[in-house]
Amino acid sequence: MSSVAQKKGFGSWLWDWLTTVDHKKIGILYLLGGGFFFVLGGIEAMIIRIQLAVPNSDLISAGLFNQIITMHGTTMIFLAAMPILFGFMNAIMPLQIGARDVAFPFLNSLGLWMFIFGGLFLNISWFMGQAPDAGWTSYASLAITSEGHGVDFYAIGLQIAGGGSLIAGINFLVTIINMRAPGMTYMRMPLFTWTTFIASAMILFAFPPLTIGLFFLTFDRMFGANFFDHAMGGNTIIWEHIFWIFGHPEVYILILPAFGIFSEIFSIFSRKRLFGYTSMVFATVLIGFLGFMVWAHHMFTVGLGPTANAIFAVATMAIAVPTGVKIFNWLLTMWGGSIKVTTPMLYAIGFIPSFVMGGVTGVMQGAAPLDYQLHDTYFIVAHFHYVIVGGTVLGILAATHLYWPKMFGTMLNETLGKVTFWFFFIGFHMTFLIQHWLGFWGMPRRVFTYMDGQGWNSANLISSVGAVFMAIGVIVLLYNIIMTSVKNVPVANDPWGDGRTLEWAIQSPPLYYNFTQTPLVRGLDSVWIEKQEGNESGITPAVPVQDIHMPHGSIIPIFMTLGMFIAGFGAMFREETSWGLPLLVFGLAWTFVCMAIRSLKDDLGYYVPKEEILEDMKRERGRK
Amino acid sequence: MAEIEIYKKSPAEFDLGQRRARRSMRSQVIMFSLMIFLTLTSFMIVTASNAEVIGFSKYYVIPVIMLFAAVQVGLQLYYFMHMQEKGHGIAAMFMFTGALLAFLIVLTFVTIVWWN
Ligand code: HEM
Ligand SMILES: [Cu+2]
Repeated sequence: MSSVAQKKGFGSWLWDWLTTVDHKKIGILYLLGGGFFFVLGGIEAMIIRIQLAVPNSDLISAGLFNQIITMHGTTMIFLAAMPILFGFMNAIMPLQIGARDVAFPFLNSLGLWMFIFGGLFLNISWFMGQAPDAGWTSYASLAITSEGHGVDFYAIGLQIAGGGSLIAGINFLVTIINMRAPGMTYMRMPLFTWTTFIASAMILFAFPPLTIGLFFLTFDRMFGANFFDHAMGGNTIIWEHIFWIFGHPEVYILILPAFGIFSEIFSIFSRKRLFGYTSMVFATVLIGFLGFMVWAHHMFTVGLGPTANAIFAVATMAIAVPTGVKIFNWLLTMWGGSIKVTTPMLYAIGFIPSFVMGGVTGVMQGAAPLDYQLHDTYFIVAHFHYVIVGGTVLGILAATHLYWPKMFGTMLNETLGKVTFWFFFIGFHMTFLIQHWLGFWGMPRRVFTYMDGQGWNSANLISSVGAVFMAIGVIVLLYNIIMTSVKNVPVANDPWGDGRTLEWAIQSPPLYYNFTQTPLVRGLDSVWIEKQEGNESGITPAVPVQDIHMPHGSIIPIFMTLGMFIAGFGAMFREETSWGLPLLVFGLAWTFVCMAIRSLKDDLGYYVPKEEILEDMKRERGRK
Repeated sequence: MAEIEIYKKSPAEFDLGQRRARRSMRSQVIMFSLMIFLTLTSFMIVTASNAEVIGFSKYYVIPVIMLFAAVQVGLQLYYFMHMQEKGHGIAAMFMFTGALLAFLIVLTFVTIVWWN
């Protein structure tokens, strides 16, 4: 039961990871899964850019191209960006609030496995030669007429993965509400915890519409319903509403945690308290709320009429205000700070101009009349890549360097980190800046090729070369990860030397029960405060050393998810095969049996005895 | 390895718990009868309306039933789901936020999206 490396067989090691309910291990698994899909989505992106590098390219067919862009978008948003963010939330947020785990460790594991099985389900479509091809937005008029099983994979795969996201969001909410250490008031929570909180609340309200939309789509395609079929009295526009009522909050779910990560980085490496903490918190809450009030800005050209367009245009532009507040707060955090340009800080500095550019083009598109020109051109592609790559992905890469030592107990190489940054950053701007002009010049979005002589050739080539730079950056990062893992030089509690929040006051990686004693929090940036007052450990314990209650691991989440996975195939083949319906019933029954087992079998967890904790503390003192 | 602790209540605590339970039981029974009363009334109003009793037009019946429904939801939440007790502030906040968002979205549809 001890955290010291023991000689274990491969089997028990694997079993340990498959059944784990430890938030740190689940965080690592999210990172692994999300990282895998990030590379997969990246390969798809490279194929797209190679296809578009020259005019009249016939490397891939139009149909295959549609499948690749659909899977690229879907993979990147649902299977790469979100899960990687969940990984960091899982690994770091409980440490930041002084908790021993999330509120529902079992559900945490269930959410992880639903993401993984949902992702696998989606990607199995490749092996059947029928990947989804109606765009990541899967507009109903395209989606219900799409041939083969492609869109079925989309609807069911996202249903499973989306359920996992909803579970994760609820879990984080309850954790933050209920499990903060004594003294950790809401207004003392680190910004990454705050953004996790708001992003989770947005998940809570945004994912149910997606669930419903996907069920409608599933019923339309597989069970003969007509929700979106106008010829049968349905309404195809309603899908767009449902999708964007989910979709716009979703983009803020992606960006808010990145904002949180950058807030931590700015104050750590400027060695200053975050400027305007209170306004940061309120800006986050406001963005979270306004994010639900602007969905129709994706539908200006649908023809909702001038009233709707005008109101949604104003609401959209209003979001720029709290976002601007944040930008100024970050700049003023750096102002007068003693700045140390480490790899994470480099990402943070690069993030500001990149994200601002994405925000500005967003406000441009928010002007409804202008959007009639910009809609469905490469300008849109440039906009959302500036916010998603320039915001979320830079945030993810920054967090990878910042939190790697905390999660794995060894430091990524700083020089290689900076090499990654420069390749990625230059490649990113090279790829997407020029696409604004491609949009102005009339190149439509989602085309598989274009004709010569329209003046688009060199811009497209530049864009493709930029993509190669980004790929090199990612490869250097992977090399860096492998090299540091092989060397495995252990680091101390606070390898950056300027940590301000609780996670930097415990071991890297933390003991499996995190805190030997629950900490007492005496202010914002509590570790910094303690160290200023001469308490080298950074923590004032709130309780004496005592037995710690911990949850048992469980294999049930994997089996539960397996049932849904099987049922998904059953639903898909119900009409054309005889085994479809029995498989559907079997899969659902399987899941219900797993749920029954979980409910009926009491699992009270176990206690880590005080002696073991004292032992760990003694060893820790010995290392110093 | 420590065992799972079992907490024994003192007689005073036990007594207090019982008194609390009794008080909560009384209010639950009262609210339950109120809810049954509201349900019966609703059915009666609708029956009257169907039998075309004068004064029971649908412009009267529908709003009244809606009002009763809203009251019932409130009673359900506050008495049977214990929202009136302490420590439910956050849950209430989330529920009201969700209700507000849903209301605003529906309002948008009926004012500026579908009928403009
Ligand atoms: C200042 C804030 C922002 C504003 C005003 C804004 C505005 C817009 C508008 C009006 C569109 C629709 C354009 C069209 O299709 O004609 C759009 C598209 C998009 N935005 Fe933003 N946006 C903002 C921030 C963000 C953020 C933070 C993200 C993600 C992290 C994001 C991701 C996207 C995506 C993915 C699309 C394209 C969706 C699609 O059609 O496939 N935006 N944005
Ligand atoms: Cu939007």
